[in-house]
Amino acid sequence: MTARDENPILRVSSLTKNYGKIAGCRDVSLDIWPGEVLGIVGESGSGKTTLLNCISARLEPTMGTVEFQTRTEGMVDLYKMSEASRRMLMRTDWGFVHQSPRDGLRMSVSAGGNIGERLMAVGDRHYGEIREAASDWLEKVEFDLGRIDHMPSTFSGGMQQRLQIARNLVNGPRLVFMDEPTGGLDVSVQARLLDLLRALVSELKLSVVIVTHDLAVARLLADRLMVMRRGEVVETGLTDQVLDDPQHPYTQLLVSSVLQP
Amino acid sequence: MTPILSVNGISKTFTLHTQGSVRLPVLADIDLTVAPGECVALDGPSGAGKSTLLRCIYGNYRVDQGEILIDDGVETVDVATAPPRRIIELRQLTVGYVSQFLRVVPRVSTLDVVSEPLRMLGVAADEAEDRAHEILTRLRIPERLWSIPPATFSGGEQQRVNVARGLIVSMPLLLLDEPTASLDIENRDTVVEIICEKVDKGAAVVGIFHDPEVRDAVSTRTLEMSPMALVAA
Repeated sequence: MTARDENPILRVSSLTKNYGKIAGCRDVSLDIWPGEVLGIVGESGSGKTTLLNCISARLEPTMGTVEFQTRTEGMVDLYKMSEASRRMLMRTDWGFVHQSPRDGLRMSVSAGGNIGERLMAVGDRHYGEIREAASDWLEKVEFDLGRIDHMPSTFSGGMQQRLQIARNLVNGPRLVFMDEPTGGLDVSVQARLLDLLRALVSELKLSVVIVTHDLAVARLLADRLMVMRRGEVVETGLTDQVLDDPQHPYTQLLVSSVLQP
Repeated sequence: MTPILSVNGISKTFTLHTQGSVRLPVLADIDLTVAPGECVALDGPSGAGKSTLLRCIYGNYRVDQGEILIDDGVETVDVATAPPRRIIELRQLTVGYVSQFLRVVPRVSTLDVVSEPLRMLGVAADEAEDRAHEILTRLRIPERLWSIPPATFSGGEQQRVNVARGLIVSMPLLLLDEPTASLDIENRDTVVEIICEKVDKGAAVVGIFHDPEVRDAVSTRTLEMSPMALVAA
């Protein structure tokens, strides 16, 4: 497959989200292509998370459309689908990795249960198979299998985050949204997790939209970057181009403000 | 022979918004055509824009005007206007770039760093590993270092890992920014040998080689470049 003969997996057109009179994000358009990782960067309050929530069917935009390339029906407008089919899509074709594992895990269910639950939601009923799939995924994310029956609250932040990633990938999603996935972790744990994410993304050929304020994370994971400021996209392009030859004054400020991006 | 690379009238000025919008013109109206089997050495003093030109060809820097046409064997792509994913595809299949510095990813072993470009092309993991062994041995990286991430290596070792990674695949167009900069004579000669082999096999090369001996050994011709005057905003 080449870059020439594909369709985007997600198409966002002129998306605006207002909170009353305040604009969360304004007139954003973008395409995500199969296997592509898009990084959204910008400082706190720039509208990154608002945009992510709007394009992942979690927050209805004020204006504009979000279309997803479904397996059977072609491009479908997310906010015109029935609630049931949108939920089904979110459970099967999509993943969403939150910054805080507590927002993405069921804290009262064991590690294995957190993964198994995802499989049961799409109709799997065979206990042995579910447990086997759960073990497989826990191994893939380098999770200690001896703790498969323990509760998430007894895990470290890094382990919880790996569990959240496994829970999101077990159904074989095609598009994964990530909101600061390494944000709350200390540096050594962060490096391991980044390396893991990088390997999984390329092995599974996932399309990913990742929100981060960390330019080093963006450089490592993203093919393409979008820079946001005050709800608007100020610059977009190839990741290394945006970081090494930033054009917009704000991007230049952002890049020159960090140590070795 | 039809060129693989045609640079037509490109110009590049950096505008530094954080420094009072000072404008730094670096390239003006540069032309360069390179055919397979040619190795063009960019020559000129520091600040003449040699590295900038390489980065523009690689799509790492944008240009203000002009076109950068690369023939990937199927079609001709203008790097100056192509969408990001088209440039990524060019970098996977057509254009290789070896910089002066290795950008290390934490926790990834030397062997994986070097074999990654092959694996990206779909070469099986064990074959990719074999070829990585080959080129690492040739560049005299001791086997005991292969399983270690290169972050802690000496400058010369890192540079050789970088060269190994950049030259393990046979890209039709190679961009080399001082590939022998911090190498001893023995390793320098090995890198020269590898570059010459690539050119003999039909690779097109554009490179910066400060060492005159290296330049004479690898290049088939030279493009002279000179620094531009600073213009106030």
